[in-house]
Amino acid sequence: MDNASVLERLRAAFPQGLGESSEAHNDLSVYVEREALLDVAQFLRDDPELRYEFLENLCGVDYLGREPRFEVVYHLTSLVNRHRICLKVGAPEHNPTVPSLTIFWPTANWQERETYDLLGVVFAGHPSLERILMPDEWEGHPLRKDVPLGDEEVAFSFNQDQIYARKPFATE
Amino acid sequence: MTITGEPQTIEQRTEKPVRRMAEYAATPLTVPSPKQITEPAHAGQTETMVLNMGPHHPSTHGVLRLVLELDGEKVVNVAPDVGFLHTGIEKTMESKTYQKAVVLTDRTDYLAPLSNNLSYVLAVEKLLDCEIPERVQVARVLLAELTRIGSHLVWLGTHALDLAAMSAFLYAFREREQILDIFELVSGARMMTSYFRVGGLAYDLPADFLPTVAAFLNDMPANIDEYEDLLTTNPLWLERTVGVGAVNADDAIAYGLSGANLRATGVSMDMRAMTPYCGYETYDFDIPVGEKGDIYDRYRVRMAEMRQSVKIAWQAHQRLVDIGPGPYMTENRKIAPPPKSEITHSMESLIHHFKLWTEGFRVPRGDAYVGIESPRGILGTYIVSDGSPKPYRVHLRAPSFINLQALQHMSRGGMVADLVALVASLDPVLGEVDR
Repeated sequence: MDNASVLERLRAAFPQGLGESSEAHNDLSVYVEREALLDVAQFLRDDPELRYEFLENLCGVDYLGREPRFEVVYHLTSLVNRHRICLKVGAPEHNPTVPSLTIFWPTANWQERETYDLLGVVFAGHPSLERILMPDEWEGHPLRKDVPLGDEEVAFSFNQDQIYARKPFATE
Repeated sequence: MTITGEPQTIEQRTEKPVRRMAEYAATPLTVPSPKQITEPAHAGQTETMVLNMGPHHPSTHGVLRLVLELDGEKVVNVAPDVGFLHTGIEKTMESKTYQKAVVLTDRTDYLAPLSNNLSYVLAVEKLLDCEIPERVQVARVLLAELTRIGSHLVWLGTHALDLAAMSAFLYAFREREQILDIFELVSGARMMTSYFRVGGLAYDLPADFLPTVAAFLNDMPANIDEYEDLLTTNPLWLERTVGVGAVNADDAIAYGLSGANLRATGVSMDMRAMTPYCGYETYDFDIPVGEKGDIYDRYRVRMAEMRQSVKIAWQAHQRLVDIGPGPYMTENRKIAPPPKSEITHSMESLIHHFKLWTEGFRVPRGDAYVGIESPRGILGTYIVSDGSPKPYRVHLRAPSFINLQALQHMSRGGMVADLVALVASLDPVLGEVDR
């Protein structure tokens, strides 16, 4: 299966719901509307010719200043056809919700939790959408572009009293 | 058991039923979170006990906490709790130039540093669309296969140690030491090599590299025989591994298992064959697969993989001998720093050198994903570039992280002692799980 025939089959099944597609670096990627994601994913997995049974990768990107701000990226692999397709779904800043794919692939579970934890994208229908890498009491989502890097002051013995006094735990 | 590419010398495997409880056969595939176990919905119905294993437990291979729900000695539920080693490597990479971020990749899967370098470097090179010299490609294949052997040796040693077979550990680390010596020879560092750079290699291969590798590869098949003598037909080993923690091919794919964990179930998915990189399609090797997907099959597959790695490494060795001396970096001066001799007499080289080390090279706008076969499975790197010298976003598809999700599915209904064997057989590296 090559990129063109996969795309043709996908577009025939979904006249609506798909956005633009790209074949940069010979990799096929397609923008999918949030509402259509579940249907498209199920079609790609169950279609007897395509059979994208393996959810290889799931991650999110924060495009601060662009609308929609967040983008969730899925890489699906077809073992039979030895082909990979990339789905991209946008999620706006005011409502960063994307349907969860855990009903089709249990492997999406932790990857969605990680994306939620680090970027704050909410996956509707996820059975246990909790933080996974960061501590539970952490505020904010560290991979967002408006979270600065190196914000934590480093305490040395000569100034640690001064710095610790400004930390949140000083008031607890 | 059909392990292709390996003579079946020993076939005394005892047949035992798969120890998976029928009561869980029809339950949907889930991955519980620790909170769901500590606050069980079915409290009061059964007399189960919630037990904490880890985070500091020798058999968890790092800082992994397992929340267990036990019915006597039987495992009812397992929820891995990860994140103790989270160091924000993906975030840190966004503030480093493309050259400097290579160093961070070593620190994820610290048992296979060169595989991590390779996955990242290939993704950047895909975005740059630059030509890599043949000699570099072959050297990368050779070193990646040595990494695979080295990583599998640690897995073998610690896995056997977890099941109280102490001597295998000593044998395995004896050979791993030689591999680390080879890494030290080429890069100056035993573990945090950072040897693969965007566009080629950090330094040229030293003169005694090929003879050292040849000496190691010569001895390795006999050494693998030695490990197999210790374990493959050992009754205690069979008792602990055969039929334990089995998973079928459909479930393994649904859980996103990759690497030897997936191939042990009979699915011959290997990125080296599926989406070849570095010219793997031109090498002659087999992909070992198992049948039942139990711990023993994973053991056999990894052992056979080591033999295949030796086979690939020999071919790469021969090619390096044939190619002889040559470039170790791409000729593209916009990516590769010019050699010192050029800087002294060429103004353009001086400018390139200055720009590369003060600013870094700019990568065209776009995104790229590369998945390679690391010792643990599919190691993917997804990079988004905004056209600046620093990556806009780097995501690492960590195979250990994803493989660990299937732990509950494999272990429930079994004994709590088997859990130790199971964690070891999945071969997670916690540095990679938490990144």
